Amino acid sequence: MSEILMIKDCKKINSNTRRITFEWDVEAKPGQFVMVWAPGMEEIPLSLSGVKHEKSVTFKIIGPDTEKLAQLNSGDRIQIRGPYGRGYTYDQNDKKNILLVGGGIGIAPLIPLMKARSADIVLAGRTAEEVEPYIPTAKNFAMKHWESTDDGSLGFHGNAVDLVKEIMKDERYDEVVACGPEIMLYFLHQYLNKVHVEHQMSLERHMKCGCGVCGACMMDDKRVCKDGPVFNNYEIDLMPEFGTSKRGIDGSLIVFRK
Amino acid sequence: MTSLKTEVGDLVFDNPSILASGIMDETGMSMVRVLECGAGAVVSKSVGLASNPGHANPNFLEVTSGCINAMGLPNPGIDAYGDEMKIAVDKGNVIGSIYGASPKDFVILAEKMQSYGACAVELNLSCPHAKGYGIEVGTDPKMVKSIVEAVKAAVDIPVWAKLTPNTHILPEIGKAVEDGGGDAIVAINTLKAIAIAPEFARPILSNKVGGLSGAAIKPIGVRAVWDLHNAVSIPIIGVGGITNYRDALEYIMAGASAFQIGTAVMDHGPEVFNTVCKGINKFMKRYGYRSISDMVGVAHE
Repeated sequence: MSEILMIKDCKKINSNTRRITFEWDVEAKPGQFVMVWAPGMEEIPLSLSGVKHEKSVTFKIIGPDTEKLAQLNSGDRIQIRGPYGRGYTYDQNDKKNILLVGGGIGIAPLIPLMKARSADIVLAGRTAEEVEPYIPTAKNFAMKHWESTDDGSLGFHGNAVDLVKEIMKDERYDEVVACGPEIMLYFLHQYLNKVHVEHQMSLERHMKCGCGVCGACMMDDKRVCKDGPVFNNYEIDLMPEFGTSKRGIDGSLIVFRK
Repeated sequence: MTSLKTEVGDLVFDNPSILASGIMDETGMSMVRVLECGAGAVVSKSVGLASNPGHANPNFLEVTSGCINAMGLPNPGIDAYGDEMKIAVDKGNVIGSIYGASPKDFVILAEKMQSYGACAVELNLSCPHAKGYGIEVGTDPKMVKSIVEAVKAAVDIPVWAKLTPNTHILPEIGKAVEDGGGDAIVAINTLKAIAIAPEFARPILSNKVGGLSGAAIKPIGVRAVWDLHNAVSIPIIGVGGITNYRDALEYIMAGASAFQIGTAVMDHGPEVFNTVCKGINKFMKRYGYRSISDMVGVAHE
């Protein structure tokens, strides 16, 4: 379903990240995404960073479309299609010990899950600026939280996967839920398989229809938009294209890791 | 004993359900998945001579009882698409959909599809949102006949022509396919459509015009198959808005030997092929039809 909605707020999260909030009376689950469009930009998929009646998308300015989106103000209108996809699988009442791992802009989609059930969280980024904005929320909602930065400007000096390895020397988790750059997810998946910890990961591919018909976002035989974007470790094990190749806008196979 | 076995000319499929072109068929693995879900055959993405990124997003919109899309025939080009075909033809019947601007284009593409192992080629003479292709070559009976003739002369596999409902001379175009030696007609492609966002005072799709598919177009498709059944004697494959077994039966009884499903994959997943076939089988038992061919065109009698 699609609707044209009024932007309630477009907030600067850091130098290159914005959060657009809007009121939208549909049911949405943590991990689901929407297709966002306004005149002057191409429609893009964005994960929801808020899933209550007031919903939000948090995005990094990486090109002309996100630049255009970042220029919008409260009172402006956007077209939202969705919510699409299978979100995170969770039971807010189970006793599972869960670790959330968010990398960069991938932290934001984990916030609704962090609010919905008890969990620890790793906030990872390249620099302090990418991580800092989420620390107050983590303090409020997570049981424990850790930070890492590639440049060492905040918390653990290193990447998310190395921090998870450190944490797991002391902590025991039933499940890890991760969202972030594919390279982070790829090495995290390998590590978690090695130590036999179940996990779910939110994956990304170029999307067109967003709802499972066009086949543009195929990863092996899975439609990232409809069968995912969240996949569990058993599904990911059967997806050799994960972390190694993607599809171009014309559907051609682009191998980025042999 | 009832049988879902279906003949389209010389081709025999286990059942009459076929994946429509443009749906979950950009990659070999996705076509394999649809075949494994029970489709009797799949039609590939429409492939042209060169790589084409298609139209910019937004190129898809859900509307009441259907969808409007203007994907713009994205495809990696016929040479790169060979890898996808190779994966899919191992697992079942794959019909290679191709689009071009001239008979010569279609010949080159059809020869490639044949070499990749396609069981038939489907000429896309009906895309409503690609300039210089599709509908622009598919609404001129002379052009249609010359394309079909040229492809027939070049390949040994059956040649199907997918036609557009965006014309008042559909039976004439159907005749042109038959006169050109075409083996079957596929009808219908999407209907030209526009959606406007009043708040923005402009069309939503980047291409402005798109094609309407889904339940909204089913009665139009059934009527088109009905008209074609009266006009030609080659087999017809019905397509447009089929979601359940009754929709499929409408097409069959209007004159279709087989049918294609596309948009229903959105709400019902690739499992829809199995569900529809089961429904047809049950219906046939209940109403005493022994084969699909027993039902083809019976509504005309």
